[in-house]
This record gives sequence, C-alpha cells and structure tokens, in this order.
Amino acid sequence: MIEITLAHYLFLSASIFTLGVFGIFVNRKNVIVILMSIELILLSVNINMVAFSVYLQNITGQIFTLFILTVAAAEAAIGLAILVVFFRNRGSIQVEDINSMKG
Amino acid sequence: MIAHALIFYLLSSVAILSSLMVISSKNTVHSVFFLILAFVNVSCLFIMIGAEFVGMILLIVYVGAVAVLFLFVVMMLEGNFVKVKQGFLQYMPFGFFIALVIFFELIIIIGSWQFRPEFIKTAKIAYDVKETNTVQIGKLLYTDYFLPFQLSGIVLLVAMIGAILLTFRRRDNLKRQDILKQSSREREDSIELVDVESNKGVKVND
Repeated sequence: MIEITLAHYLFLSASIFTLGVFGIFVNRKNVIVILMSIELILLSVNINMVAFSVYLQNITGQIFTLFILTVAAAEAAIGLAILVVFFRNRGSIQVEDINSMKG
Repeated sequence: MIAHALIFYLLSSVAILSSLMVISSKNTVHSVFFLILAFVNVSCLFIMIGAEFVGMILLIVYVGAVAVLFLFVVMMLEGNFVKVKQGFLQYMPFGFFIALVIFFELIIIIGSWQFRPEFIKTAKIAYDVKETNTVQIGKLLYTDYFLPFQLSGIVLLVAMIGAILLTFRRRDNLKRQDILKQSSREREDSIELVDVESNKGVKVND
C-alpha cells in the first residue's frame, strides 16, 4: 500500500478509461462532452504507456505517448471544426438533430 | 517512499474525481475546466515518476492548446445547451453496466499478475539514471523512430489543413480587392469621349 507499484498506475488508468466510456454513454446529447470523454480515454492510454515505460525502464513507451498525443490533438481540432461547421449550417449541435442522412 | 505514496494518492484521486466531474457537470464550461484539472494532475504524476518530458508536453499540448480550443468552441456555441442534459438518467443504467464490465475486465487483467510475482518485483523505477529523460527520448526519437516522427508531423499538417478548409467561409457581402479584375480593365470600359455642344451640356447615361 505504501510502495507505489505499476499496478497502482494501471488502476488509475483503468478508472479514468472507464469514466471516459461512461461519459460517452451518459452524455449522448452533447457532442462536446463526448469529445472530452474521448480525450479522457486517450489520457488513460497515455498513463498506461508512461507507467509501463518507467517501470520496465524502456523509453519506447514515452515515444509512443508522444504519437498518441499528436493524434489526440489532431482529432480534437478536426472534431471541433466539424462541430463549428455543423452549427453554422443547422443552428444546433444537438445529437438528435444530426439525422439528415437517415434513410 | 511515503511522500511518493501520499503525493500519488492525492494527485490520482483528484484526477479521478475531476474526470468524474467532466462527465457529470451540468455546465459545459465547467466540464472543460475539470478536464484541465485532470490533465494537470496527470502531468504532475508523470513528472513525479520521472517522465518529465512527456509531462511537460502534456501540459503544453493538452492544457495550452486542446483545452483552450475546447473552451473557445464551447463559449462560441454557448446558449444552445438548455436541453442537452435530458437523457442523462435514460442512458445511465446501460452505460453503467458497460462501464462496470470494462472496469472489471481491466482489473482482472491487472490482478492476474499475482500469478507471475517475479514480474512485479522486477518492475521498478530506476532512480540512478545517467541521462535525463529528454536526452533518452531524443536519442531514440531521432534515430529509430525518425520515420514515425515525420509521419506524425504529416498528420498534424493534414489536420491543420482540414480544420482550416472546414471552417473557411467566403463572405459575399465584403468588398474585396480583385487584382485580376483591376488589371484587366480596359480604357474603353470606363472612359467615354463626347463632343460637348455649346449650351447643351452632357447627358450622363449609367
């Protein structure tokens, strides 16, 4: 309990990952909170990578963390741009209004 | 070691609580602020276990860029969130079930290491490193992972172009300078020479 092992970090990562998945389910009306939940999931993956990298003394995990960070930043920028364009065209960002391609 | 444990429990509990607040707070602006708090705490954890470079990059990229982008968009689209919290209780049981299943699967994976106790014993933080974290990352990133590094730059470039292209909008009501139109203008288009008779004046037709 006093000595912080790898399992502690993995437990933290699992908790944040679960909260992110839960956030996607409960906030189905709000696209911005869904995007933030995706950011939480990516953050938990980063915690996993860094914890393994530090505890196994292999720096490769931190390199992949940088790549995950890049992809997360690109995803956030594109997602928010799509959101802004959608709001400009429809005047709303409610998820249930996104049904114009429904057959 | 006790200080390490105490700081770990403090930072991780704040991170978990603030990520809980991200998904449950009513105001979306508050959600963004709690997201920033979670990122800062996790970044402190990274710095504490010796991954300083990733921690600082996390602070710069997430708190400095992504969270500010979120805040910007939220404040730009504010006023349309009146009824967004309606389905919270409706999807709660299903989402709770899925989240519980995922959480226990992850815990089972972590817990199954007690069958390989030598792995946990050998996994330790190295305190006596000769090079700093940044030097280690640089030595590996610019040699073995050089191509993925360049490709991640291309990913960022494509994302930048895509975001600009998506949000670009040409406004028609603005008077812009059109160089081609200006320089292709002929003399006959704008000047008309007339002979003015005395005491008659000129009739301007436009």
